[in-house]
Amino acid sequence: MARFIIRRTLYALVTLLILSLTIFMVIRLTGDPVTLLAEPGAHAEDLDRIRAEWGLDRSWPVQYLTFAKNVFTGDLGKSFNYDMPVSTLYFQRLPNSLELALAATLISFLIGIPAGLISAVKVNSVWDNTGKVIALFGLAVPGFWLGLVMILVFSVWLGWLPTSGQGSWQHLIMPAVALGWYFAASLLRLTRSSMLEVLRSEYIKLARLKGLPGYVVIAVHAFKNALIPVLTLAGVNLVVMINAAVIIEVIFAWPGIGRLLYEGIFQRDFPLVQGVVMEAGIMIVVINLTIDILYAYIDPRIRLTR
Amino acid sequence: MAPLLEVRDLQTHYVTFGGTRVVKAVEGLSFTLREGETLGIVGESGSGKTTVCQSIVGLLPAAACIVGGSIAFEGRDLAQLSQREMRHIRGAQIAMILQDPMASLNPLFSIYRQVAEPAYYHLAVRGRSLRERVRELLNAVRIPSPTMRMREYPHQMSGGMRQRIVGAIALAGGPKLIIADEPTTNLDVTIQAQYLDLLKELQEQTGVAIVFVTHNLGIVARMCDKLAVMYAGKIVEAGSVRELFDTARHPYTQALLGSMPKLGSKEKLLAIPGQPPDLATLPPGCAFHPRCPEALPCCATEEPGETQIAGTWTARCWRAAPGAAATDLPKEAHVAAAVGN
Amino acid sequence: MAYVTEQTRAALAAASPGWAGLRRRWLRFAGQLPVVPLAILVPFVLVAVFANAIAPFDPTDPIPGAKIFAPPFWAEGANPTARLGTDFQGRDVLSRLIFGARVSLIVGVMGTVVAGGIGTTLGILAGYLGGWVDQVIMRITDAWLALPALVFAIFLATMVGPSMWNIIVILGAVYWTRYARVIRGEVLSLREREFVKLSEIAGASSARVILRHVLPNVLNSAMVLASLTIGVVIIAEASLSFLGVGVPPPEPAWGSMLADGRSMLMVGDWWLTVFPGLCIMMVVLATQLLGDWLRIRLDPQLRNL
Repeated sequence: MARFIIRRTLYALVTLLILSLTIFMVIRLTGDPVTLLAEPGAHAEDLDRIRAEWGLDRSWPVQYLTFAKNVFTGDLGKSFNYDMPVSTLYFQRLPNSLELALAATLISFLIGIPAGLISAVKVNSVWDNTGKVIALFGLAVPGFWLGLVMILVFSVWLGWLPTSGQGSWQHLIMPAVALGWYFAASLLRLTRSSMLEVLRSEYIKLARLKGLPGYVVIAVHAFKNALIPVLTLAGVNLVVMINAAVIIEVIFAWPGIGRLLYEGIFQRDFPLVQGVVMEAGIMIVVINLTIDILYAYIDPRIRLTR
Repeated sequence: MAPLLEVRDLQTHYVTFGGTRVVKAVEGLSFTLREGETLGIVGESGSGKTTVCQSIVGLLPAAACIVGGSIAFEGRDLAQLSQREMRHIRGAQIAMILQDPMASLNPLFSIYRQVAEPAYYHLAVRGRSLRERVRELLNAVRIPSPTMRMREYPHQMSGGMRQRIVGAIALAGGPKLIIADEPTTNLDVTIQAQYLDLLKELQEQTGVAIVFVTHNLGIVARMCDKLAVMYAGKIVEAGSVRELFDTARHPYTQALLGSMPKLGSKEKLLAIPGQPPDLATLPPGCAFHPRCPEALPCCATEEPGETQIAGTWTARCWRAAPGAAATDLPKEAHVAAAVGN
Repeated sequence: MAYVTEQTRAALAAASPGWAGLRRRWLRFAGQLPVVPLAILVPFVLVAVFANAIAPFDPTDPIPGAKIFAPPFWAEGANPTARLGTDFQGRDVLSRLIFGARVSLIVGVMGTVVAGGIGTTLGILAGYLGGWVDQVIMRITDAWLALPALVFAIFLATMVGPSMWNIIVILGAVYWTRYARVIRGEVLSLREREFVKLSEIAGASSARVILRHVLPNVLNSAMVLASLTIGVVIIAEASLSFLGVGVPPPEPAWGSMLADGRSMLMVGDWWLTVFPGLCIMMVVLATQLLGDWLRIRLDPQLRNL
């Protein structure tokens, strides 16, 4: 077990190393960051001053080591525009993003899991075909467009819900649906395929051979097993929703991390963009590592096979 | 006394590709089994053995359907029962041990729960007495320190232990019949032998009847009273194990026995030439004739009926039919076979 | 030795599906094409190709003398020449949609080609060469996967600057990881197959084995993945354009049209939002259906992707 954790943690560290190196290289290779930082038409001496201030006058390896050391110690640089550390800004926005992501996860559960379950149990029936159509539209209808159409219908035409902002559940419902939409479809697909696989297994055959009532076979024996990959996906999805709900947060003026990133893009605040991206990467790597280790505790077969 | 299980003329067909292809997996199969008896069903893969088992327990794949015949179990025809009624038979009256013991246990439930379920749902045993029953069952299948072991999960057990637990599950509902579908294929030889001894011992204690499906004649010799040899969905020869092992009449049974390794024998093993037939496109006449070393001209045109050889010993072969010395007597032999039936 | 090689060659010719096998498989189902997805996709492709001839107006210039925010032709106050209305500069929405199809399809297809090219190459190298090459490639794949694709694309687009070709390269660089993983897995099992082993024993170079035996046998999976990636790439392009880091204005892209229409949504100018979104939905729906069809035809094992 200890060896498993150590190996996984090492992988996670290597992943973060490559990630930080990638981000670092992209910034250095795509032009002089100083021109991003300075006002247009700045003097040469101003540029030099900024270079010195950001350590950009040193060699690349030295710069990278500084960057990596800062990341490692939790220092993701300072936002140009807010004049505040990026990590402070990130964690200020985190609760808002979390609220939205949890609501979206709830919606994706409410749609995806029951629909996937029914599709799998009544495979090739009308129910299954309905599920397939939902899954298809979930992938084909962009969430942000769904959000715009919902604003049009429920806010502008019907006047039922506020167009944007944060506060009550009425504010939450449209962004949560728009964000959860795609994930509902992917949960549906996964629940269905995972359930179908479990239903074909020998232990479900044995459960039926024991003469258990049908609902016990499906809802207890099969569902519990089918749920494992589904919950893994939901965990990863939650982290993605927290960090990647850029457009939805922009459309609904939701003050989350995605909107912070958007502000960074528009104010050419490159330390902010870089920091938010790095923070998102760290968060996802850490959550993945946690899930892996939790699973190894729950189900020791994983430890043995990997 | 009426037999425990009496299968009469069972026909189970698979309908695939929207009804364009019918596979007669089991076609006109009959056998009887008395309480405490052990029947071995032997045949190559694809001969319909597994379909027979699935028909009896009422868990056929969606594409398959019992289209004729009856399965009388204690006087009730299982083929006519609804799924709901069958549910009360499965696990309580008839239990089944599956081919793959390693995959037969649910990885997320404790051994206790999995062994307890049949008794919980069929015998309405609860609480402390349920706990006691599981302990007894695990004891019976020789799981050491059952009180501790029943709190554990399948992955903590060895293959042999898991197979014994599957046996305990089969016994848990107090069945009168256990169907074992190649229960030892995935075990190594020593554990296999131990397991068979255990089954035999449990059978003596509980008086349960067993249908043993296998392609291993060695297991049949060790375990069974009666033997039915299946080929292409039919029983081609059936009788007591002693009769068939001594003087099998059907060339296919003879070939199977010839392909069985004997300890200390230097005789060359005889492989059966050719492939088992495709059930969707059976050859005319006797299904075995293309591979049969002793085929007569009539074998290719007319299917042999069932001939009674002695007592319960029957065979479906022109060679075994009365007057078989003559080379071409299909009509007459057919009548004789029908009478013998 | 020469004898062995001759014999091995013969065995190989008989056993390896190779290029000829691939062609045979493709021809076999050419006769039973999927009707619905093609019925949607073919018109879109034709419109994109012949945009210059079909579009009634220049997509980047306002219609001279036309009102801004004119509704579609059936509504009151419509401009009879601008069938689907005009936008905030008085440009024809229909013409912009038509040219937008060109942008979406080019980015979708080219982005997928870039992603597939990078991913398939790296997947084959990792799977076939194994060892440290495999380790390096798979660790990079992990790192790439750690970032949500859209966030990564936004980051790259912000840094590189907007242009259609930049977007193609960026989306290719973001979406190759899935190919690398799947293809690597396939190659690992291919490597154990007879015809690859025989070829190696016969002394064929790695490059030869990869080109003759590995590549044709993973192309089916790559095709299935590609058909499923196109839709994702199209939506990603629309998202980037919506955020203003995609295809730069005044170039007509469906995503930026949605962004333009957003401010007028509050006063009910629905046509600016509904039409581009419907176009995205139809194209992505069709590519998904096509992908499902291909997947069932070519590779039943990939069903759960």
